[in-house]
Parts: sequence; structure tokens; C-alpha cells
Amino acid sequence: MSLNREDIEKLCFLARLEVTIDEMPDVESKLSDIVKLIDQLQAVDTASVTPMAHPLDREQRLREDRVTESDEREQIQLNAPLVERALYLVPKVIE
Amino acid sequence: MHDRTLALLADDLAARRVSAVELTEHFLQRIEQFDAQLNAFVTVTRDEALAQAAVADKRLAAGNATPLTGIPIAHKDIFCTQGVKTSCGSKILDNFISPYDATIVSRLKDAGAVMLGKTNMDEFAMGSSSETSFYGAVRNPWDHELVPGGSSGGSAAAVAARMVCGATGTDTGGSIRQPASLSGITGFKPTYGRVSRYGMVAFASSLDQAGTLTRTAEDAALMMQVMAGFDERDSTALTDPVPAFSSALETPWQTITIGVPENFFDDGLDEGSAQAIRDALRVFERLGATIKDVHLEHVHLSVPVYYVVASAEASSNLSRFDGVRYGHRAENIDNLTELYMRTRGEGFGAEVKRRILTGTYVLSAGYYDAYYLQAQKVRQLISDDFARAFADVDFLIGPTTPTPAFGIGQKMDDPIQMYLNDIYTIGANLAGLPALSVPCGFSGGLPVGLQLIGAHLSEPALLKVAHYFQLETDWHTRVPAAYA
Repeated sequence: MSLNREDIEKLCFLARLEVTIDEMPDVESKLSDIVKLIDQLQAVDTASVTPMAHPLDREQRLREDRVTESDEREQIQLNAPLVERALYLVPKVIE
Repeated sequence: MHDRTLALLADDLAARRVSAVELTEHFLQRIEQFDAQLNAFVTVTRDEALAQAAVADKRLAAGNATPLTGIPIAHKDIFCTQGVKTSCGSKILDNFISPYDATIVSRLKDAGAVMLGKTNMDEFAMGSSSETSFYGAVRNPWDHELVPGGSSGGSAAAVAARMVCGATGTDTGGSIRQPASLSGITGFKPTYGRVSRYGMVAFASSLDQAGTLTRTAEDAALMMQVMAGFDERDSTALTDPVPAFSSALETPWQTITIGVPENFFDDGLDEGSAQAIRDALRVFERLGATIKDVHLEHVHLSVPVYYVVASAEASSNLSRFDGVRYGHRAENIDNLTELYMRTRGEGFGAEVKRRILTGTYVLSAGYYDAYYLQAQKVRQLISDDFARAFADVDFLIGPTTPTPAFGIGQKMDDPIQMYLNDIYTIGANLAGLPALSVPCGFSGGLPVGLQLIGAHLSEPALLKVAHYFQLETDWHTRVPAAYA
């Protein structure tokens, strides 16, 4: 299995990650090497094996459904690129 | 002062032979003197450090100090530190000032440790050389043309060059143990879940663990005592009580059984390193140990399993970096899709992009079963191999890395070559096992690391074995002449 340019462009869109035209040849060749590496797993017989969910086989802890966090919005939004009236601004999505 | 271990300096501080401010000033001066040639630090927090040191001196005078009060440390730049830049070695977080402290940061702060700064690392912890940082490569104190290892290379170099007494790191595939090995210091990764991941920027959530870079196992025990333990803000944190690590080191030696993974002594292992490992095993025999070969049947698949699982988890974890709420945002964008694509395209380096794309691929429709699910099954097989081994032996001991430190730029063109640096370390992450690397000799003049792996939650016994090795040998006292 190797990845061609079209495959990579699809992955870029799924990951919302731009790879430029200049970057593409290097990405194509290195990703193909990586896919060759991980393809080694196909040869392993795992028919009766349960996929590992947690290395110590513990269960997910639950807690009571109570609000315990405090409002730190102002401090958190100090890092925001563009904020107005406590809202994060982005380009218009809905026409 | 810098030639004394953290444990000895803790005694000096308690006995008031030195003040916390003096100690902090001394190490800050060393950072000023040496860091330009090593690039171990992204941020040095000079004023905050001196303020923390002054508070530490008050505590020491009042008699309510802990062993870490007044001890100068550094945090890998993957840990959120309130009011201080937290970059993960990435352009995408170059402008990010964390609004909160990671749990381990606040625990060490509460214990009175003094933070001197944030250390450089491979971008988002993805790497084995600390070369992929947006802030440039970190250099190995033993030879500036060589890498210190990664991804916790800044922390390793800072400790190896005696710029700090100890540093925190993270280990997902070997990122504490491998740089410890290449830099001639002690690196410790605890059992998965032993230390809280809250505030530690996530790379691969089922593998990431915080740990320590120090000169000795004794020092690691002192730091780990403060860091370890349940945290309700980490849903994968273990509720198991934390034993006393330091007092475990003092207990008498008892004969142990050591398993040596024979698979690790293959063509890939440098001959000088293999010799140093064999000599180290002789030390354990003298102390009182039975040594036997063990065969970990599936461990050769560690690297492909890791590059499926870690990449998949990373692709999910790094989707939060979108330019909307914090971090880098691309300019002159017309629509939301372009905002995401260009922000992330501009903000991430090449290795991070490769791993995100790999992760996206193995999780995508039609490939999830063949790759991700298959990898999680093989992961179970590898884990089972370790469990079987621990039914027969107390510890697994062998090499940490296939070779000593390599040249800056040498492996950057071949990701697979770079990935193979972690071939001996990844297994412990996949199985969630605690593991240490300690210096055990030299090969071609460069440090060699000995890896010790224990069963789940065997930290006290594991640290003790490493400690006894360090009582019998002096490899951990070696320092490059320039930093002595």
C-alpha cells in the first residue's frame, strides 16, 4: 500500500492541514515509507486477541454530574487571537 | 554547588549551608553562561525563580520545608505553567501563555521547588533527537555536534550540563529514557497513570507519562514522590496509593531475577554499548542476581504498533490547534476551512504534519480495522509477552538505545531510521510499565544507558535496583569537562 498525491490531499482535507506544493514530494515519499513500516502489522495473526483499551486493564472512572469548575473565561481568553463580547471571532460560516 | 546531586543539595539547604537564593543564582548564572551553546531552554524565568527562591528560604528558616524546597529545576515546555509561555517547541504555540499550571507543576511548586525555566523539545514531543523544535536543535553537552536525544532533550541537556538539579520530561515512546541514555543521566518513566497528565499537552493519551531527568535514581525518587499520585482531573490517573520511594532505596539488597531480552542484542545494537550492558549485568550478579535470557516474541513489532497508535491519538489530540481560541492564526483568510488549513499548515513542522496525516490515514474509513484496531491487538500481544516475562523474572534489563548519540542532521532525512532509535524503549510505553535508564559506561567516548523495566507499580523496587547499581558504579557521576 502506498499513498499517491490524491490520497494525501484527501488526508490533508480530513486533517484540515495544508501541505504546500513545495512540501508535497517530501511528504509523499516519507508517508509511503511510514505506510510500508506499519504494513508489517498485517502479517500478524490477531484472530482471538482483544484490542487493548488500557495498559493496566482498568475501567473508566466516573464522577457525580455536578458543576465543579469556576468561570475563568476572561483569563483563558487572554490567549484568543480575536475576541469580541466574549465570543471567538472566525470567518462567517453560514451564508 | 552544581557538582552535588539534588539529594545532597537538599541536605545542604536543610542544614542552611547554602541558601535557596544562592543556589538559584548559581544555576541561573550557569544557564546564562552555557545555554547559548546548548539551546536547552526556550524560556528562562529568572525573576520568578529568584522570587520562588526567596519564599523557599523563608520556609527553610521556619522549618516547614520539604526535601525539594529551594531546589532549582526546569520543566519540559510541554507542561502548562501559569503566566509563562508554554510552546511545546512549536510555532503554533509560540504566543501561548498558559492560564494554569499542570498538576505536576503545581505539586512541585507547592513542595517549594524553584522553576528556572522551560526546556526545549522535539515539537509536540514527536521525535528522538530534539531537532524538530521551532526554536532549533538542542545540543549534547558531551559533543555539541551531536543530539542529546529526544523529545525531552532540553531537560536532559540541562541536567547533564549541570544547569539545573533535575528536570521534568515526558515519555510516550522513550522520550525520557532515550535522551537520558544519550546524555549520560538518569531518566525515569513511571507506570502509566502513576503521574497526572492534567496540564501536560497531550500527544498520545494512552502512552504519555510524565517523569524525571536527574543525575541519580535517588534524585528521581525525591522528585517522583511529589509528582506521583491520584488526580481527579486526570481520568486515567491511578487511585493506587503512592508508596514511599526514597525509604525503599535504603532497604537491604535481596537476590533478584533479571531477564535480559535476547531480542535486543541484535545487529542493530552498537558493540561498545552491548559490552557496557554486559559489564553492567555483571555488577548485578556480584550484588546477588540470577540472570536469564527472556524472549519477547512480538517486541520487534513495537515500532510499527507505536506509529499507528501514537499517530492516531496525536491526530485526534492535535486537532484542537485550529487558530480559533489560542495559538497561531493564519492571516488574510477568507473562510473557516482556509483558517484551519493554513493555520495548521503554517504552525506545525514537517514531522508533526507527517504524524497527523499518518494518524488520519489509519483512522479513516476503510482503514480503521486494518490499522488502528490491528495495532491495538498487537499491542495486547506485546503487553502479554511482558506479563509472561514478569511471571518468571523480577526485572528486565538491557540497552536503552541501539547506539550512542548521533550527529545533528544525520537522521533527519530518514524518519524510519529516526524511529528505530526507540526500538528498545517503546515496549514499556505500550504495556504501561515503569522503566528507567541509568548511565552504565561509554562507547567511543559517548555515554551508554542501561534500561531497567519493572512490572506495573513496581517503582520502589525498580528505583532501588537502579540505586544499588549507582552505589556500586560511578558512571552517573561523569560530566563533560566543560561543565564540571
